[in-house]
Amino acid sequence: MPAALEVVLRVAAVMAAFLVVPLVVGQMEHKVMAHMQGRLGPMYAGGFHGWAQLIADGIKFVQKEEVVPRAADRPVFRLAPIVALVPYLVALLVIPLGPGDLVGEPLDIGLFMVLAVVGVGIVAVMMAGWASANKYSLLGALRAAAQLLGYELPFVLAAASVAMAAGTLSLPGIVEAWRPWWLLWQLPALVVFFIAGLAEIRRPPFDMPVADSELVFGYMTEYTGLRFAFFLLAEYVGIVVISALTTVLFLGGWKGPFADVELGWLWTLIKVFAVSFVIIWLRVAYPRLRADQLQRLCWLVLVPLALGQLALTAVVRLAIA
Amino acid sequence: MGDKRSVPGAGLAKGLAVTFRTLTRRSHTQQYPDVQPKLPPRSRGVIALLEENCTVCMLCARECPDWCIYIDSHKETVEVPGAARPRQRNVLDRFAIDFSLCMYCGICVEVCPFDALYWSPEFEYAEYDIRDLLHEKDRLREWVSTVPAPPAHDPNGEPAKEVVAAQRKANGGAARVQITRPARVRPPRSSQTAAPRSAGAGSQTASPGASAENSPDQDTPPASTTD
Repeated sequence: MPAALEVVLRVAAVMAAFLVVPLVVGQMEHKVMAHMQGRLGPMYAGGFHGWAQLIADGIKFVQKEEVVPRAADRPVFRLAPIVALVPYLVALLVIPLGPGDLVGEPLDIGLFMVLAVVGVGIVAVMMAGWASANKYSLLGALRAAAQLLGYELPFVLAAASVAMAAGTLSLPGIVEAWRPWWLLWQLPALVVFFIAGLAEIRRPPFDMPVADSELVFGYMTEYTGLRFAFFLLAEYVGIVVISALTTVLFLGGWKGPFADVELGWLWTLIKVFAVSFVIIWLRVAYPRLRADQLQRLCWLVLVPLALGQLALTAVVRLAIA
Repeated sequence: MGDKRSVPGAGLAKGLAVTFRTLTRRSHTQQYPDVQPKLPPRSRGVIALLEENCTVCMLCARECPDWCIYIDSHKETVEVPGAARPRQRNVLDRFAIDFSLCMYCGICVEVCPFDALYWSPEFEYAEYDIRDLLHEKDRLREWVSTVPAPPAHDPNGEPAKEVVAAQRKANGGAARVQITRPARVRPPRSSQTAAPRSAGAGSQTASPGASAENSPDQDTPPASTTD
Protein backbone atom coordinates (compact mmCIF):
# COMPACT_ATOMS: atom_id res chain seq x y z
CA MET A 1 0.00 0.00 0.00
CA PRO A 2 2.73 2.56 0.84
CA ALA A 3 4.33 1.76 -2.52
CA ALA A 4 1.13 2.61 -4.37
CA LEU A 5 0.74 5.77 -2.31
CA GLU A 6 4.28 6.78 -3.17
CA VAL A 7 3.64 6.31 -6.87
CA VAL A 8 0.51 8.44 -6.65
CA LEU A 9 2.39 11.09 -4.72
CA ARG A 10 5.27 11.19 -7.20
CA VAL A 11 2.96 11.38 -10.19
CA ALA A 12 0.97 14.14 -8.52
CA ALA A 13 4.16 16.08 -7.79
CA VAL A 14 5.37 15.74 -11.38
CA MET A 15 1.93 16.74 -12.63
CA ALA A 16 1.98 19.82 -10.40
CA ALA A 17 5.40 20.78 -11.70
CA PHE A 18 4.16 20.14 -15.22
CA LEU A 19 1.31 22.58 -14.70
CA VAL A 20 2.99 25.24 -12.58
CA VAL A 21 6.57 25.68 -13.80
CA PRO A 22 5.61 26.28 -17.45
CA LEU A 23 3.14 28.94 -16.35
CA VAL A 24 5.86 30.65 -14.34
CA VAL A 25 8.15 30.50 -17.35
CA GLY A 26 5.36 31.81 -19.56
CA GLN A 27 4.71 34.70 -17.22
CA MET A 28 8.43 35.36 -17.12
CA GLU A 29 8.42 35.44 -20.91
CA HIS A 30 5.58 37.97 -20.94
CA LYS A 31 7.34 40.27 -18.51
CA VAL A 32 10.94 39.87 -19.63
CA MET A 33 10.06 40.27 -23.28
CA ALA A 34 7.96 43.34 -22.53
CA HIS A 35 10.66 45.04 -20.51
CA MET A 36 13.32 44.18 -23.08
CA GLN A 37 11.14 46.06 -25.56
CA GLY A 38 10.55 48.99 -23.23
CA ARG A 39 6.99 47.93 -22.40
CA LEU A 40 5.34 46.76 -19.20
CA GLY A 41 3.55 43.61 -20.33
CA PRO A 42 0.40 42.38 -18.60
CA MET A 43 -0.52 44.65 -15.69
CA TYR A 44 -4.16 43.93 -14.81
CA ALA A 45 -4.94 40.21 -14.54
CA GLY A 46 -4.75 39.14 -10.90
CA GLY A 47 -4.13 42.63 -9.59
CA PHE A 48 -0.38 42.65 -8.98
CA HIS A 49 1.57 43.22 -12.20
CA GLY A 50 -0.66 40.84 -14.13
CA TRP A 51 0.58 37.71 -12.37
CA ALA A 52 -2.53 35.76 -13.37
CA GLN A 53 -2.38 36.60 -17.06
CA LEU A 54 -1.74 33.04 -18.21
CA ILE A 55 -4.48 31.68 -15.97
CA ALA A 56 -6.85 34.21 -17.49
CA ASP A 57 -5.68 33.13 -20.94
CA GLY A 58 -6.37 29.51 -20.05
CA ILE A 59 -9.88 30.33 -18.86
CA LYS A 60 -10.49 32.21 -22.08
CA PHE A 61 -9.30 29.28 -24.18
CA VAL A 62 -11.54 26.86 -22.29
CA GLN A 63 -14.58 29.02 -23.03
CA LYS A 64 -13.90 29.25 -26.74
CA GLU A 65 -15.72 27.19 -29.31
CA GLU A 66 -13.76 24.34 -30.72
CA VAL A 67 -13.81 24.40 -34.49
CA VAL A 68 -12.65 21.49 -36.62
CA PRO A 69 -12.37 22.23 -40.34
CA ARG A 70 -14.79 20.22 -42.48
CA ALA A 71 -12.04 18.71 -44.62
CA ALA A 72 -9.88 17.90 -41.62
CA ASP A 73 -9.05 14.38 -40.55
CA ARG A 74 -11.08 14.61 -37.39
CA PRO A 75 -9.57 12.03 -35.03
CA VAL A 76 -5.98 12.84 -35.99
CA PHE A 77 -6.68 16.54 -35.77
CA ARG A 78 -8.06 16.16 -32.27
CA LEU A 79 -5.33 13.81 -31.10
CA ALA A 80 -2.36 15.93 -32.22
CA PRO A 81 -2.26 18.41 -29.29
CA ILE A 82 -2.28 15.55 -26.79
CA VAL A 83 0.58 13.88 -28.65
CA ALA A 84 2.45 17.17 -28.51
CA LEU A 85 1.94 17.55 -24.79
CA VAL A 86 2.39 14.08 -23.32
CA PRO A 87 6.05 13.47 -24.30
CA TYR A 88 7.15 16.48 -22.28
CA LEU A 89 5.18 15.25 -19.29
CA VAL A 90 6.94 11.89 -19.56
CA ALA A 91 10.29 13.63 -19.93
CA LEU A 92 9.70 15.62 -16.75
CA LEU A 93 9.14 12.32 -14.94
CA VAL A 94 12.79 11.28 -15.12
CA ILE A 95 14.51 14.65 -14.68
CA PRO A 96 15.99 14.84 -11.18
CA LEU A 97 15.20 17.88 -9.07
CA GLY A 98 17.59 17.11 -6.23
CA PRO A 99 19.91 14.45 -4.87
CA GLY A 100 18.69 11.10 -3.59
CA ASP A 101 15.03 10.49 -4.18
CA LEU A 102 13.96 13.86 -5.53
CA VAL A 103 13.05 12.54 -8.96
CA GLY A 104 9.80 11.27 -10.41
CA GLU A 105 11.22 7.93 -11.51
CA PRO A 106 14.99 7.26 -11.32
CA LEU A 107 15.49 5.44 -14.59
CA ASP A 108 18.82 3.87 -15.54
CA ILE A 109 18.40 4.82 -19.18
CA GLY A 110 16.86 8.19 -18.33
CA LEU A 111 18.84 10.16 -20.90
CA PHE A 112 18.02 7.72 -23.65
CA MET A 113 14.34 7.83 -22.78
CA VAL A 114 14.21 11.64 -22.61
CA LEU A 115 15.83 11.99 -26.02
CA ALA A 116 13.52 9.40 -27.54
CA VAL A 117 10.43 10.94 -26.01
CA VAL A 118 11.29 14.52 -26.99
CA GLY A 119 11.68 13.25 -30.55
CA VAL A 120 8.01 12.26 -30.53
CA GLY A 121 7.09 15.94 -30.74
CA ILE A 122 7.69 15.87 -34.47
CA VAL A 123 4.94 13.28 -34.89
CA ALA A 124 2.47 15.63 -33.25
CA VAL A 125 3.52 18.43 -35.56
CA MET A 126 3.11 16.25 -38.64
CA MET A 127 -0.26 15.02 -37.42
CA ALA A 128 -1.47 18.57 -36.84
CA GLY A 129 -0.19 19.76 -40.20
CA TRP A 130 -1.55 16.91 -42.30
CA ALA A 131 -4.89 16.66 -40.53
CA SER A 132 -5.70 20.36 -40.70
CA ALA A 133 -6.39 20.30 -44.47
CA ASN A 134 -4.75 23.69 -44.72
CA LYS A 135 -1.86 24.61 -46.99
CA TYR A 136 -0.22 26.82 -44.41
CA SER A 137 -0.47 24.10 -41.80
CA LEU A 138 1.07 21.60 -44.19
CA LEU A 139 3.91 23.93 -45.12
CA GLY A 140 4.58 24.60 -41.44
CA ALA A 141 4.54 20.92 -40.60
CA LEU A 142 6.94 20.06 -43.40
CA ARG A 143 9.27 22.84 -42.37
CA ALA A 144 9.10 21.52 -38.83
CA ALA A 145 9.86 17.99 -40.06
CA ALA A 146 12.93 19.17 -41.98
CA GLN A 147 14.13 21.22 -39.07
CA LEU A 148 13.55 18.61 -36.38
CA LEU A 149 15.09 15.77 -38.35
CA GLY A 150 18.17 17.88 -38.94
CA TYR A 151 18.61 19.11 -35.40
CA GLU A 152 17.91 15.75 -33.81
CA LEU A 153 21.43 14.69 -34.80
CA PRO A 154 23.52 17.38 -33.02
CA PHE A 155 21.06 17.21 -30.12
CA VAL A 156 21.70 13.52 -29.58
CA LEU A 157 25.44 13.75 -30.30
CA ALA A 158 25.92 16.50 -27.71
CA ALA A 159 23.97 14.51 -25.14
CA ALA A 160 26.00 11.44 -26.00
CA SER A 161 29.18 13.37 -25.27
CA VAL A 162 28.16 14.10 -21.70
CA ALA A 163 26.86 10.56 -21.24
CA MET A 164 30.23 9.28 -22.37
CA ALA A 165 32.01 11.61 -19.97
CA ALA A 166 29.89 10.49 -17.05
CA GLY A 167 29.87 6.85 -18.08
CA THR A 168 26.16 6.47 -17.43
CA LEU A 169 22.81 7.12 -19.08
CA SER A 170 21.04 7.79 -15.79
CA LEU A 171 20.32 11.49 -15.32
CA PRO A 172 20.98 11.49 -11.54
CA GLY A 173 24.12 9.49 -12.31
CA ILE A 174 25.32 12.17 -14.73
CA VAL A 175 24.79 14.87 -12.11
CA GLU A 176 26.67 12.76 -9.54
CA ALA A 177 29.62 12.39 -11.91
CA TRP A 178 29.60 16.05 -12.92
CA ARG A 179 32.53 18.24 -11.86
CA PRO A 180 32.79 22.04 -12.27
CA TRP A 181 35.66 21.77 -14.78
CA TRP A 182 33.28 19.93 -17.08
CA LEU A 183 31.83 23.37 -17.82
CA LEU A 184 34.96 24.01 -19.87
CA TRP A 185 35.45 20.49 -21.13
CA GLN A 186 31.84 20.12 -22.32
CA LEU A 187 31.37 23.73 -23.39
CA PRO A 188 31.01 23.00 -27.12
CA ALA A 189 28.54 20.25 -26.32
CA LEU A 190 26.63 22.65 -24.08
CA VAL A 191 26.38 25.22 -26.87
CA VAL A 192 25.38 22.62 -29.45
CA PHE A 193 22.84 21.00 -27.12
CA PHE A 194 21.30 24.33 -26.20
CA ILE A 195 20.98 25.58 -29.78
CA ALA A 196 19.69 22.24 -31.05
CA GLY A 197 17.27 22.15 -28.12
CA LEU A 198 15.95 25.58 -29.12
CA ALA A 199 15.38 24.24 -32.62
CA GLU A 200 13.74 21.11 -31.22
CA ILE A 201 11.10 23.11 -29.40
CA ARG A 202 10.82 25.50 -32.39
CA ARG A 203 11.56 28.59 -30.36
CA PRO A 204 12.63 31.82 -32.05
CA PRO A 205 15.07 32.31 -33.74
CA PHE A 206 14.28 28.77 -34.98
CA ASP A 207 10.55 29.31 -35.40
CA MET A 208 10.38 28.74 -39.14
CA PRO A 209 7.54 26.20 -38.77
CA VAL A 210 5.24 28.68 -37.06
CA ALA A 211 6.59 31.81 -38.79
CA ASP A 212 3.52 33.91 -38.14
CA SER A 213 4.39 36.53 -40.72
CA GLU A 214 4.39 34.08 -43.60
CA LEU A 215 2.49 30.93 -42.53
CA VAL A 216 -0.27 32.45 -40.35
CA PHE A 217 0.64 30.17 -37.45
CA GLY A 218 2.09 27.12 -39.19
CA TYR A 219 0.68 23.79 -38.06
CA MET A 220 -1.38 25.51 -35.33
CA THR A 221 -3.33 27.68 -37.77
CA GLU A 222 -6.58 25.72 -37.63
CA TYR A 223 -6.60 25.10 -33.90
CA THR A 224 -8.86 26.93 -31.48
CA GLY A 225 -9.84 26.79 -27.87
CA LEU A 226 -8.45 24.22 -25.52
CA ARG A 227 -6.47 22.33 -28.15
CA PHE A 228 -4.66 25.46 -29.19
CA ALA A 229 -3.95 26.11 -25.52
CA PHE A 230 -2.43 22.62 -25.35
CA PHE A 231 -0.03 23.52 -28.13
CA LEU A 232 0.93 26.72 -26.34
CA LEU A 233 1.37 24.84 -23.08
CA ALA A 234 3.51 22.30 -24.93
CA GLU A 235 5.74 25.15 -26.07
CA TYR A 236 6.27 26.37 -22.52
CA VAL A 237 6.75 22.86 -21.14
CA GLY A 238 9.25 22.41 -23.95
CA ILE A 239 11.20 25.40 -22.64
CA VAL A 240 11.16 23.89 -19.17
CA VAL A 241 12.28 20.46 -20.42
CA ILE A 242 15.11 21.84 -22.54
CA SER A 243 16.24 24.11 -19.69
CA ALA A 244 16.08 21.23 -17.22
CA LEU A 245 18.00 18.92 -19.54
CA THR A 246 20.68 21.55 -20.12
CA THR A 247 20.88 22.05 -16.37
CA VAL A 248 21.10 18.38 -15.55
CA LEU A 249 23.50 17.41 -18.32
CA PHE A 250 25.84 20.37 -18.48
CA LEU A 251 25.36 22.74 -15.55
CA GLY A 252 25.61 20.27 -12.71
CA GLY A 253 21.94 19.93 -11.77
CA TRP A 254 21.55 20.18 -8.03
CA LYS A 255 25.19 20.99 -7.37
CA GLY A 256 25.60 24.51 -6.05
CA PRO A 257 28.15 26.55 -4.14
CA PHE A 258 27.06 25.03 -0.80
CA ALA A 259 24.53 22.71 0.84
CA ASP A 260 24.03 20.47 -2.19
CA VAL A 261 22.02 17.94 -0.21
CA GLU A 262 19.65 20.33 1.56
CA LEU A 263 19.25 22.99 -1.11
CA GLY A 264 19.75 20.84 -4.21
CA TRP A 265 16.23 21.44 -5.47
CA LEU A 266 16.77 25.18 -5.17
CA TRP A 267 19.97 25.13 -7.23
CA THR A 268 18.25 23.06 -9.89
CA LEU A 269 15.30 25.46 -10.05
CA ILE A 270 17.56 28.52 -10.17
CA LYS A 271 19.54 27.03 -13.03
CA VAL A 272 16.39 25.99 -14.90
CA PHE A 273 14.95 29.48 -14.67
CA ALA A 274 18.26 31.04 -15.64
CA VAL A 275 18.43 28.91 -18.78
CA SER A 276 14.78 29.71 -19.50
CA PHE A 277 15.64 33.38 -19.20
CA VAL A 278 18.36 32.94 -21.80
CA ILE A 279 15.87 31.19 -24.10
CA ILE A 280 13.49 34.15 -23.77
CA TRP A 281 16.36 36.58 -24.20
CA LEU A 282 17.39 34.95 -27.47
CA ARG A 283 13.83 35.20 -28.69
CA VAL A 284 13.78 38.95 -28.11
CA ALA A 285 17.24 39.62 -29.49
CA TYR A 286 17.40 37.65 -32.72
CA PRO A 287 15.36 37.57 -35.91
CA ARG A 288 14.12 34.33 -37.43
CA LEU A 289 16.52 32.18 -39.44
CA ARG A 290 15.67 31.41 -43.04
CA ALA A 291 15.24 27.76 -44.04
CA ASP A 292 18.63 27.56 -45.77
CA GLN A 293 20.40 29.36 -42.90
CA LEU A 294 18.74 26.94 -40.52
CA GLN A 295 20.01 23.87 -42.35
CA ARG A 296 23.43 25.42 -42.92
CA LEU A 297 23.84 26.14 -39.21
CA CYS A 298 22.82 22.61 -38.37
CA TRP A 299 24.90 20.63 -40.84
CA LEU A 300 27.95 22.85 -41.25
CA VAL A 301 28.36 24.14 -37.70
CA LEU A 302 26.55 22.12 -35.09
CA VAL A 303 27.08 18.58 -36.39
CA PRO A 304 30.87 18.96 -36.93
CA LEU A 305 31.15 20.71 -33.56
CA ALA A 306 29.28 17.89 -31.85
CA LEU A 307 31.40 15.26 -33.54
CA GLY A 308 34.57 17.08 -32.54
CA GLN A 309 33.33 17.31 -28.98
CA LEU A 310 32.60 13.60 -29.01
CA ALA A 311 36.17 12.87 -30.07
CA LEU A 312 37.54 15.26 -27.44
CA THR A 313 35.40 13.66 -24.75
CA ALA A 314 36.63 10.22 -25.73
CA VAL A 315 40.30 11.31 -25.65
CA VAL A 316 40.03 13.06 -22.27
CA ARG A 317 38.03 10.19 -20.85
CA LEU A 318 40.67 7.67 -21.89
CA ALA A 319 43.44 9.91 -20.57
CA ILE A 320 41.78 10.13 -17.16
CA ALA A 321 41.12 6.42 -16.99
CA MET B 1 26.58 34.59 -39.74
CA GLY B 2 30.29 35.39 -39.95
CA ASP B 3 30.39 38.74 -41.72
CA LYS B 4 33.39 40.85 -42.62
CA ARG B 5 33.30 42.12 -39.07
CA SER B 6 36.40 42.10 -36.94
CA VAL B 7 35.02 39.58 -34.45
CA PRO B 8 32.60 36.95 -35.84
CA GLY B 9 30.00 37.02 -33.05
CA ALA B 10 30.14 40.76 -32.38
CA GLY B 11 26.73 41.44 -33.90
CA LEU B 12 25.12 38.65 -31.91
CA ALA B 13 26.62 39.93 -28.66
CA LYS B 14 25.52 43.44 -29.51
CA GLY B 15 21.93 42.28 -29.96
CA LEU B 16 21.97 40.63 -26.56
CA ALA B 17 23.53 43.70 -24.97
CA VAL B 18 20.92 46.05 -26.38
CA THR B 19 18.00 43.96 -25.20
CA PHE B 20 19.53 43.49 -21.77
CA ARG B 21 20.22 47.18 -21.38
CA THR B 22 16.62 47.93 -22.27
CA LEU B 23 15.51 45.41 -19.65
CA THR B 24 17.33 47.30 -16.92
CA ARG B 25 15.81 50.65 -17.85
CA ARG B 26 12.38 52.00 -17.08
CA SER B 27 9.77 51.18 -19.68
CA HIS B 28 8.15 53.91 -21.69
CA THR B 29 4.59 52.76 -21.17
CA GLN B 30 2.15 55.45 -20.04
CA GLN B 31 -0.41 53.83 -17.77
CA TYR B 32 -2.93 56.40 -18.80
CA PRO B 33 -6.26 55.61 -17.16
CA ASP B 34 -4.50 54.72 -13.92
CA VAL B 35 -1.89 57.46 -14.00
CA GLN B 36 -2.73 60.84 -15.48
CA PRO B 37 -0.25 62.02 -18.09
CA LYS B 38 2.05 64.92 -17.33
CA LEU B 39 1.03 67.39 -20.00
CA PRO B 40 3.38 70.14 -21.08
CA PRO B 41 2.42 73.76 -20.32
CA ARG B 42 -0.02 75.37 -22.76
CA SER B 43 -1.50 72.00 -23.71
CA ARG B 44 -4.56 72.37 -25.93
CA GLY B 45 -7.23 70.18 -24.44
CA VAL B 46 -10.51 72.05 -24.52
CA ILE B 47 -11.55 75.68 -24.88
CA ALA B 48 -13.07 77.38 -21.84
CA LEU B 49 -15.36 80.39 -21.99
CA LEU B 50 -15.40 83.07 -19.33
CA GLU B 51 -18.80 84.46 -20.20
CA GLU B 52 -18.48 87.75 -18.30
CA ASN B 53 -15.60 88.83 -20.49
CA CYS B 54 -17.41 88.17 -23.74
CA THR B 55 -18.74 91.24 -25.57
CA VAL B 56 -20.19 89.30 -28.50
CA CYS B 57 -17.66 90.88 -30.83
CA MET B 58 -17.85 87.74 -33.01
CA LEU B 59 -14.13 87.84 -33.73
CA CYS B 60 -13.64 84.25 -32.68
CA ALA B 61 -16.56 82.99 -34.77
CA ARG B 62 -15.32 84.88 -37.81
CA GLU B 63 -11.71 83.78 -37.50
CA CYS B 64 -12.53 80.13 -36.83
CA PRO B 65 -11.19 78.21 -39.86
CA ASP B 66 -13.87 75.54 -39.72
CA TRP B 67 -16.74 77.64 -38.43
CA CYS B 68 -17.37 75.62 -35.32
CA ILE B 69 -18.29 78.50 -33.00
CA TYR B 70 -21.95 79.48 -32.83
CA ILE B 71 -22.91 82.77 -31.18
CA ASP B 72 -26.37 84.28 -30.68
CA SER B 73 -26.96 87.57 -28.91
CA HIS B 74 -29.36 90.46 -28.52
CA LYS B 75 -29.02 94.11 -27.57
CA GLU B 76 -30.20 95.54 -24.29
CA THR B 77 -30.68 99.14 -23.36
CA VAL B 78 -29.04 100.16 -20.16
CA GLU B 79 -30.27 103.28 -18.38
CA VAL B 80 -27.45 104.79 -16.44
CA PRO B 81 -28.69 107.40 -13.95
CA GLY B 82 -27.10 110.72 -14.67
CA ALA B 83 -26.14 109.85 -18.22
CA ALA B 84 -27.44 111.89 -21.10
CA ARG B 85 -28.62 108.96 -23.20
CA PRO B 86 -29.38 105.31 -22.51
CA ARG B 87 -26.58 103.03 -23.65
CA GLN B 88 -26.82 99.79 -25.57
CA ARG B 89 -25.15 96.58 -24.48
CA ASN B 90 -24.75 93.21 -26.11
CA VAL B 91 -26.04 90.22 -24.18
CA LEU B 92 -24.82 86.77 -25.00
CA ASP B 93 -27.62 84.26 -25.58
CA ARG B 94 -25.73 81.32 -26.93
CA PHE B 95 -22.09 80.46 -27.23
CA ALA B 96 -21.30 76.97 -28.47
CA ILE B 97 -18.17 75.28 -29.79
CA ASP B 98 -18.58 72.11 -31.82
CA PHE B 99 -15.56 70.06 -30.83
CA SER B 100 -16.36 67.51 -33.50
CA LEU B 101 -15.38 70.20 -36.00
CA CYS B 102 -12.77 72.06 -33.97
CA MET B 103 -9.21 71.49 -35.17
CA TYR B 104 -7.60 72.93 -32.04
CA CYS B 105 -5.75 75.65 -33.92
CA GLY B 106 -6.36 78.08 -31.08
CA ILE B 107 -7.04 81.05 -33.32
CA CYS B 108 -10.19 81.92 -31.37
CA VAL B 109 -8.25 82.03 -28.11
CA GLU B 110 -5.53 84.06 -29.79
CA VAL B 111 -7.92 86.53 -31.36
CA CYS B 112 -10.22 87.20 -28.40
CA PRO B 113 -9.54 90.80 -27.34
CA PHE B 114 -11.18 90.49 -23.94
CA ASP B 115 -9.69 87.24 -22.64
CA ALA B 116 -12.99 85.41 -22.70
CA LEU B 117 -11.53 82.21 -24.21
CA TYR B 118 -8.84 80.10 -22.64
CA TRP B 119 -7.09 76.85 -23.33
CA SER B 120 -7.66 74.17 -20.73
CA PRO B 121 -5.54 71.01 -20.67
CA GLU B 122 -8.56 68.79 -19.97
CA PHE B 123 -8.98 66.24 -22.75
CA GLU B 124 -11.31 63.60 -21.34
CA TYR B 125 -14.58 64.65 -22.95
CA ALA B 126 -15.04 61.92 -25.53
CA GLU B 127 -18.68 61.05 -26.25
CA TYR B 128 -20.55 58.09 -27.67
CA ASP B 129 -22.65 60.40 -29.83
CA ILE B 130 -20.82 62.90 -32.01
CA ARG B 131 -23.59 65.45 -31.44
CA ASP B 132 -22.71 65.56 -27.75
CA LEU B 133 -19.41 67.15 -28.66
CA LEU B 134 -21.25 70.42 -29.18
CA HIS B 135 -20.46 72.20 -25.91
CA GLU B 136 -22.90 74.95 -25.02
CA LYS B 137 -21.86 77.90 -22.94
CA ASP B 138 -22.63 76.36 -19.56
CA ARG B 139 -20.42 73.41 -20.42
CA LEU B 140 -17.74 75.74 -21.72
CA ARG B 141 -18.07 77.67 -18.48
CA GLU B 142 -17.31 74.56 -16.46
CA TRP B 143 -13.94 74.22 -18.14
CA VAL B 144 -12.84 77.60 -16.75
CA SER B 145 -12.06 76.07 -13.38
CA THR B 146 -9.55 73.77 -15.05
CA VAL B 147 -7.61 76.54 -16.76
CA PRO B 148 -4.12 76.66 -15.27
CA ALA B 149 -2.35 79.83 -14.26
CA PRO B 150 -0.38 81.28 -17.17
CA PRO B 151 3.26 80.21 -17.23
CA ALA B 152 5.77 82.69 -15.88
CA HIS B 153 7.36 85.13 -18.28
CA ASP B 154 10.72 84.41 -19.74
CA PRO B 155 13.10 86.49 -17.58
CA ASN B 156 15.17 87.33 -20.67
CA GLY B 157 12.18 88.12 -22.82
CA GLU B 158 10.85 91.44 -23.94
CA PRO B 159 8.55 93.02 -21.31
CA ALA B 160 4.88 93.17 -22.13
CA LYS B 161 3.69 96.27 -23.98
CA GLU B 162 1.25 97.06 -21.19
CA VAL B 163 4.04 97.08 -18.64
CA VAL B 164 6.19 99.33 -20.78
CA ALA B 165 3.31 101.72 -21.37
CA ALA B 166 2.40 101.85 -17.69
CA GLN B 167 5.98 102.49 -16.65
CA ARG B 168 6.39 105.22 -19.19
CA LYS B 169 3.25 106.87 -17.94
CA ALA B 170 4.44 106.63 -14.37
CA ASN B 171 7.78 108.18 -15.26
CA GLY B 172 6.26 111.19 -16.91
CA GLY B 173 6.12 110.00 -20.47
CA ALA B 174 9.54 110.70 -21.89
CA ALA B 175 11.96 108.78 -19.71
CA ARG B 176 13.11 105.46 -21.15
CA VAL B 177 13.34 103.26 -18.14
CA GLN B 178 14.07 100.07 -19.97
CA ILE B 179 17.22 101.30 -21.63
CA THR B 180 19.40 98.93 -19.62
CA ARG B 181 17.52 95.88 -20.94
CA PRO B 182 19.76 93.72 -23.10
CA ALA B 183 18.97 92.78 -26.68
CA ARG B 184 15.93 94.87 -27.38
CA VAL B 185 14.83 93.84 -30.79
CA ARG B 186 12.12 96.35 -31.43
CA PRO B 187 11.82 99.87 -30.01
CA PRO B 188 8.56 100.48 -28.14
CA ARG B 189 5.91 101.78 -30.46
CA SER B 190 5.25 105.47 -29.84
CA SER B 191 1.52 105.47 -30.47
CA GLN B 192 -1.05 107.54 -28.67
CA THR B 193 -3.51 104.72 -28.06
CA ALA B 194 -3.97 104.12 -24.39
CA ALA B 195 -4.70 100.41 -24.69
CA PRO B 196 -2.39 98.78 -27.20
CA ARG B 197 -4.38 95.59 -27.16
CA SER B 198 -7.50 97.04 -28.73
CA ALA B 199 -5.42 98.63 -31.46
CA GLY B 200 -3.89 95.30 -32.28
CA ALA B 201 -7.23 93.59 -32.39
CA GLY B 202 -8.64 96.29 -34.62
CA SER B 203 -5.90 95.88 -37.16
CA GLN B 204 -6.51 92.16 -37.23
CA THR B 205 -10.18 92.48 -37.98
CA ALA B 206 -9.50 94.83 -40.83
CA SER B 207 -7.55 92.34 -42.85
CA PRO B 208 -10.01 89.48 -43.52
CA GLY B 209 -13.24 91.47 -43.49
CA ALA B 210 -14.01 93.45 -46.63
CA SER B 211 -15.36 96.38 -44.64
CA ALA B 212 -13.28 99.35 -45.65
CA GLU B 213 -14.73 101.66 -43.04
CA ASN B 214 -13.52 99.41 -40.22
CA SER B 215 -10.08 100.94 -40.02
CA PRO B 216 -7.74 100.58 -37.06
CA ASP B 217 -8.12 104.26 -36.25
CA GLN B 218 -11.72 103.81 -35.27
CA ASP B 219 -12.10 103.35 -31.55
CA THR B 220 -14.00 100.46 -29.96
CA PRO B 221 -13.94 98.09 -32.86
CA PRO B 222 -15.79 95.26 -31.03
CA ALA B 223 -18.96 97.34 -30.77
CA SER B 224 -18.97 98.04 -34.47
CA THR B 225 -18.81 94.38 -35.45
CA THR B 226 -21.80 93.09 -33.61
CA ASP B 227 -24.53 93.86 -36.10
